[in-house]
Amino acid sequence: MIEIDGLTKRYGDKTAVDGLSFVVEPGVVTGFLGPNGAGKSTTMRMIAGLDRPTSGTVRVNGTHYPRAAAPMSELGILLDARSVHPGLSARNNLLALARTAGIGRRRVDEVIELAGLGEVAGTRAGGFSLGMGQRLGVAAALLGQPRTVVLDEPVNGLDPDGVRWIRLLLKSLAAEGRTVFVSSHLMSEMAQTATRLVVLGRGKLISESSVEDFTGHATTSAVLVRTPETARLGQVLAAPGITVIHDGTDLLRVSGTTAEQIGAAAWRAHLPVYELTPTHASLEEAFMEVTKDSIEYHAGATR
Amino acid sequence: MSAVMQIRPVSTHGASAPATVAGPVTQIRVIRAEWTKLRGLRSTWWCALIAVVLIVGLSAAIAGSGAPYKISAANSAAGGVTISLIGILFAQLMLGMLGVLAFSGEYATGMIRATLAVVPSRLPVLWAKLIVLVGLMLPLTLLAAVAEFFTATALESSRGGSAISLTDPGVLREVVGASLYLTVIAVIGVALGALLRRTAAGLSVFAAMFLVVPLVAAYLPQSIKGFTPYLPSNAGGTIWGAGKLFGGHQLGPWTGFAVLCGYAVVLTGLAAWRLHRRDA
Repeated sequence: MIEIDGLTKRYGDKTAVDGLSFVVEPGVVTGFLGPNGAGKSTTMRMIAGLDRPTSGTVRVNGTHYPRAAAPMSELGILLDARSVHPGLSARNNLLALARTAGIGRRRVDEVIELAGLGEVAGTRAGGFSLGMGQRLGVAAALLGQPRTVVLDEPVNGLDPDGVRWIRLLLKSLAAEGRTVFVSSHLMSEMAQTATRLVVLGRGKLISESSVEDFTGHATTSAVLVRTPETARLGQVLAAPGITVIHDGTDLLRVSGTTAEQIGAAAWRAHLPVYELTPTHASLEEAFMEVTKDSIEYHAGATR
Repeated sequence: MSAVMQIRPVSTHGASAPATVAGPVTQIRVIRAEWTKLRGLRSTWWCALIAVVLIVGLSAAIAGSGAPYKISAANSAAGGVTISLIGILFAQLMLGMLGVLAFSGEYATGMIRATLAVVPSRLPVLWAKLIVLVGLMLPLTLLAAVAEFFTATALESSRGGSAISLTDPGVLREVVGASLYLTVIAVIGVALGALLRRTAAGLSVFAAMFLVVPLVAAYLPQSIKGFTPYLPSNAGGTIWGAGKLFGGHQLGPWTGFAVLCGYAVVLTGLAAWRLHRRDA
């Protein structure tokens, strides 16, 4: 379990994380979602005690992590940026971490196999591809069979096989009762693996909910209505809470009501309707909708 | 490819307590971890090899050329040893670099984050790096100094120079002192690496301390030269007689060595403070 309370981190006059409070429960995969620069990595570094909070607290499995008696059994972490020594072999990188907790070579070989690095275990990590580096980082996070696993953008640079591996791994870790906290800037990736979602924008908590609730709330569903009588149907439908947008063709975009009610209203007014299509924003759109005001770096040109 | 993925079975002993294999962090365990790193890096063995070659090789080159060393009232046995130990001036740069890299290498590659994430109390990492490096440096440099001594004395006496024995006054102190000096140099390197975090910065400060400042100081007017015996290289050098090479007022060998150790302790203290306080 990870408990974050009033967490704030400032670098100079830039606030990277701003009064964040949420709880990550064991037994499910919790996604940590936000655009690049939202403060996800900073939050994760504070969870691991690498960065000190300006104010607020982080607890991992009930304790302040830097004071954990057996750190590797409490927390395994994969950080966004590379954190392996290129001059050491994959095995020695893992062994050096394992030794600090008295973990033996057998467990090291086990995670090497688990991560599919068996053939390259003896080669220097400097020559690894991004994907292999990620696998090595995930192996390191799993070494101590920690009760809490934190992974920053684990699917970055992985091939489809690797992505599938991560998804299954996360679910099995959660099924074992571990706390699994995974960041991503891709909503679609989270939708595949996560049960709960913590959404971050510009260092602030935007939402903390189940994946379904998040998409349900954030999604503005609308009904597309094709009719030759756009003006008259628009008047018929007009009511508080209902928005009708007419784009100048024979299409109306109606939100705030259902396709059934629109169909019934049109029938009562004897207006012809050629098409009645309920639409839902995709998860990606829901995420964009929620974070649109909090994106730090906009793309230069949006054509 | 039809990869069959297996999900490990759900553990049967309750959701609240999944199995773990990791034990508590102890200083001994962190030392073993640091030894795994130091041993696994090629740079360790290259720096060490070059340092040994410089110490033994330069000494053999000096002993095998020029006028043979004759012991006299002006030229003590210990003085002859000092001359043959001249390779230390170059070897110290390699060993200082090895020390600096112990930390700066981890900051440069990002490994420091993995290291400190598994040892979140942090300071055991600094102590372990120091202990491991001292453990490697002491025997290695002692071996090099002893090999240097016997090579140089054999060459000298074969060319008609005076025979110098380990039992001559000051000789054993200089040979052992060479090893102690180089070991403390490596410690200072580790402290600089932890303090400055960047390889270039660490090496620059190290080179300034042990090469540039003493050289510049040697050419200062006599009136403002009072501090030069307390420079780390001049003070520490007294234990292997290096002071005599440059002339001027010198501290006693053990006093000088204590001053060098003082620098190491202060720098290590600052490094510990920074490692403990600052974000990784």
